[in-house]
Amino acid sequence: MKNDLTAKERMAIPRHDMPEQSPEIRKNNFEEVPLGYSEETAIKEAQRCLQCKKPKCVQGCPVNVYIPEFINKVAEGDFDAAQEILLDTNSLPAICGRVCPQETQCEELCILANKGEAVAVGRLERFVADTARLKAETSASQKTEITKPDPSARKIAIVGSGPSGLSCAADLLQAGYNVTLFEALHEAGGVLVYGIPEFRLPKSIVKSEIDALLAKGADMITNAVIGRLYTIDDLLGEEGFSAVFIGTGAGTPKFLNIPGENLIGVYSSNEFLTRVNLMKAYKSDARTPVIRGNHVAVFGAGNTAMDSARTALRIGADNVYIMYRRSRTEMPARIEEIHHAEQEGVKLDLLVNPLEFKGDDKGWLTSVICQRMELGEPDDSGRRRPIPIKGSEFETQIDVAVIAVGTSSNPLIRQTTPDLPMNKWGYIEADDDGITGKKGVFAGGDIVTGAATVIEAMGAGKQAAAAIIEYVREKN
Amino acid sequence: MPYKILEKKTLADNVVSLWVEAPQIAKKREAGQFIILRPNDKSERIPLTIAGVKKEVGAIRLIAQVVGDTTRELAALNEGDFIRDLAGPLGHPTPIKNYGTVACIGGGIGVAPMLPIAAAMKEAGNHVVTIVGARTKELLILEDELREASSEFIITTDDGSYGEKGFVTDVLKKRIANSAKIDFAAAIGPVPMMKAVAAVTKEAGIPTVASLNTIMIDGTGMCGGCRVTIGGEVKYTCVDGPEFDAHKVDFDELQNRLGTYREQENKEEHNCKLEGKV
Ligand SMILES: Cc1cc2nc3c(=O)[nH]c(=O)nc-3n(C[C@H](O)[C@H](O)[C@H](O)COP(=O)(O)OP(=O)(O)OC[C@H]3O[C@@H](n4cnc5c(N)ncnc54)[C@H](O)[C@@H]3O)c2cc1C
Ligand SMILES: Cc1cc2nc3c(=O)[nH]c(=O)nc-3n(C[C@H](O)[C@H](O)[C@H](O)COP(=O)(O)OP(=O)(O)OC[C@H]3O[C@@H](n4cnc5c(N)ncnc54)[C@H](O)[C@@H]3O)c2cc1C
Ligand code: SF4
Ligand code: SF4
Ligand code: FES
Repeated sequence: MKNDLTAKERMAIPRHDMPEQSPEIRKNNFEEVPLGYSEETAIKEAQRCLQCKKPKCVQGCPVNVYIPEFINKVAEGDFDAAQEILLDTNSLPAICGRVCPQETQCEELCILANKGEAVAVGRLERFVADTARLKAETSASQKTEITKPDPSARKIAIVGSGPSGLSCAADLLQAGYNVTLFEALHEAGGVLVYGIPEFRLPKSIVKSEIDALLAKGADMITNAVIGRLYTIDDLLGEEGFSAVFIGTGAGTPKFLNIPGENLIGVYSSNEFLTRVNLMKAYKSDARTPVIRGNHVAVFGAGNTAMDSARTALRIGADNVYIMYRRSRTEMPARIEEIHHAEQEGVKLDLLVNPLEFKGDDKGWLTSVICQRMELGEPDDSGRRRPIPIKGSEFETQIDVAVIAVGTSSNPLIRQTTPDLPMNKWGYIEADDDGITGKKGVFAGGDIVTGAATVIEAMGAGKQAAAAIIEYVREKN
Repeated sequence: MPYKILEKKTLADNVVSLWVEAPQIAKKREAGQFIILRPNDKSERIPLTIAGVKKEVGAIRLIAQVVGDTTRELAALNEGDFIRDLAGPLGHPTPIKNYGTVACIGGGIGVAPMLPIAAAMKEAGNHVVTIVGARTKELLILEDELREASSEFIITTDDGSYGEKGFVTDVLKKRIANSAKIDFAAAIGPVPMMKAVAAVTKEAGIPTVASLNTIMIDGTGMCGGCRVTIGGEVKYTCVDGPEFDAHKVDFDELQNRLGTYREQENKEEHNCKLEGKV
């Protein structure tokens, strides 16, 4: 198939929507909401790309995926070649195609974004990766053979198996090093497995992308809490690793610090989502319990808040409110996610600030007292500052509250690696190449930047891999 | 990576002792630390104290009381079987040093986590007075090993079927009243017991730590489910504890939060001995 339309013809094609499960049905199940492009739609959408000589979209992508090149292959119907091109820069395309905030990354800078609608880069990326995975799964002969790097090659340790660790591992394997990943939990994937819910990112997809990495010869040691089982110095010393990459994420939840926050029924979003996702509380045969509230309030307005609200609905809540201090324009979640949540019946209670949780005599949450806010002058972040309205306090009956107001740095490695420089918030200090103030130690992802995105964490992992390769070479 | 059960013994009705192959944990652990395990791939993650180690064979000892699904699944495993997941050592070690005289006060299944602490305190040169409580004689576990690990060993039972009749706090009060010197105390057991011990030692001005048995999931500081209030401040038991200044712990909140899933867990029939008194 030839991709030889004129620019005019390309621009005449409208952007293609992705079919989705209807809100009425999906709010009762954990299956994925968007259903993906068909081959035909994907090719049509790919034809919209103008194949720019200086593609702006690529600059918007933290790992600089060769966007026009892979889209060209889709338009030509050569999906295998498209996948090869994706994998050159992005080891987890099925995941990024689903969860990247494309509207503020690659698609924001697409030349068509201002003229009309950006090329659906993310949806195409997802299509290509899904097609490749299905093909690999159905061709039984293609049993993935595990290839091991040369055992005499240098050993590199990776702490944490979230997106940053995984992408760092991929590049180091590619360069021929022996890579061992140490993961504290029983399952690899970081936020991809414990945070982002099944209906947005099916865990089977995460697993197959990780399996593909393991097939290239990485060792994955789960249940390995670094700082306790081995310290960073153990890894660099006794355990014989030439360098260590730390990609432990920003996994410690923040609370509101208001009265009543330890009542039964008040969860951090991490706990709520972990119970349901990682521990599969939504399945009938899983043992981990979760309180299935009738009236649930979620505090915060990022992706985590949307995920928590939509999860609460799916495990049986009648009413789910998102309570947020500012207005809709300041909500940090992806527009698509806010839209999905509202379609499913999540109610947005905006310009509302919680003051106190109330409970019964047995310590169970019964209500939250909030006050209304109005927007004042912009603050340092450029967002208009919310100001309380006097006398506007009101009470809402709730039996579950989920606090999704962000995370801070996990203390484990900090406590046990005193000579690793951190900033005042406890995040590791590292430059753009992931180089830290401790020799042989590199870091990237949320543990350096604070909570960010999957693809930014992957970008940081790749940068660090390059720096590690250079460091190890110089050591020789 | 599954973890092999090398040896299994039943210590009392519904209490099992397991030696589990986990060489790196055995090498690293210190008294007071715990692990998180899942018996199989459907199980909950639950915390258990490392009750002992054999470094030569790379094994750790776990002592579990069957109170619900997960402990039941664990107790159903036999020698040669594998535990699916096991992560540790977690938490801060007990601050072991020579205080002089140390009182180790354990109740119910809490005597199991007390064993390594008493042993380490004695090794550090302390005069260790161990006081353990059980509801009745049959429920008393680890008697010989605790006696061995202590300088003095006192047993109490609620019903007087063995040792002194009464609670561990009765013995403790008596000793304090007889102006016996105690420089440091550690309490592990049911929440009401730890609360009572803390009240006694606070009045007597004895620095005391309590090892808190909150509900946990990850054990790495990621979920906040194990949060407790210590002197008005929120702390995470898994990464800041499990031991805290007993005089500052909000025990009532802890007791409430431990009941979070009682109704759900009790749907299938349960045997909640942990919840009872000493
Ligand atoms: C609910 C939720 C929804 C999100 N939605 C989106 C989205 O739609 N799009 C998007 O781009 N981003 C999203 N994000 C953000 C994104 O997931 C993160 O930015 C990204 O996962 C960070 O990757 P990371 O590799 O730095 O760390 P993480 O993904 O946090 O992984 C860190 C890993 O390290 C492990 N670890 C921690 N400490 C230790 C230790 N001491 N020893 C061994 N292992 C350790 C952890 O268990 C974890 O597995 C979301 C985040 C959340 C919480
Ligand atoms: C740091 C730490 C160390 C521990 N060490 C040991 C140990 O060495 N040996 C041992 O037997 N137990 C120990 N525990 C307690 C043990 O974790 C719980 O008994 C276990 O989680 C119960 O799981 P289950 O699924 O069998 O019971 P579930 O079905 O979860 O619970 C059954 C009943 O027990 C109650 N319960 C749940 N968790 C706890 C808890 N943590 N404490 C008290 N009651 C609870 C529930 O409310 C319910 O009524 C420790 C706990 C912590 C936090
Ligand atoms: S990885 Fe994310 S940002 Fe980069 S091209 Fe793909 S969807 Fe866009
Ligand atoms: S900027 Fe848009 S049109 Fe141009 S190459 Fe990138 S995706 Fe295609
Ligand atoms: S158990 Fe999750 S933070 Fe402690």
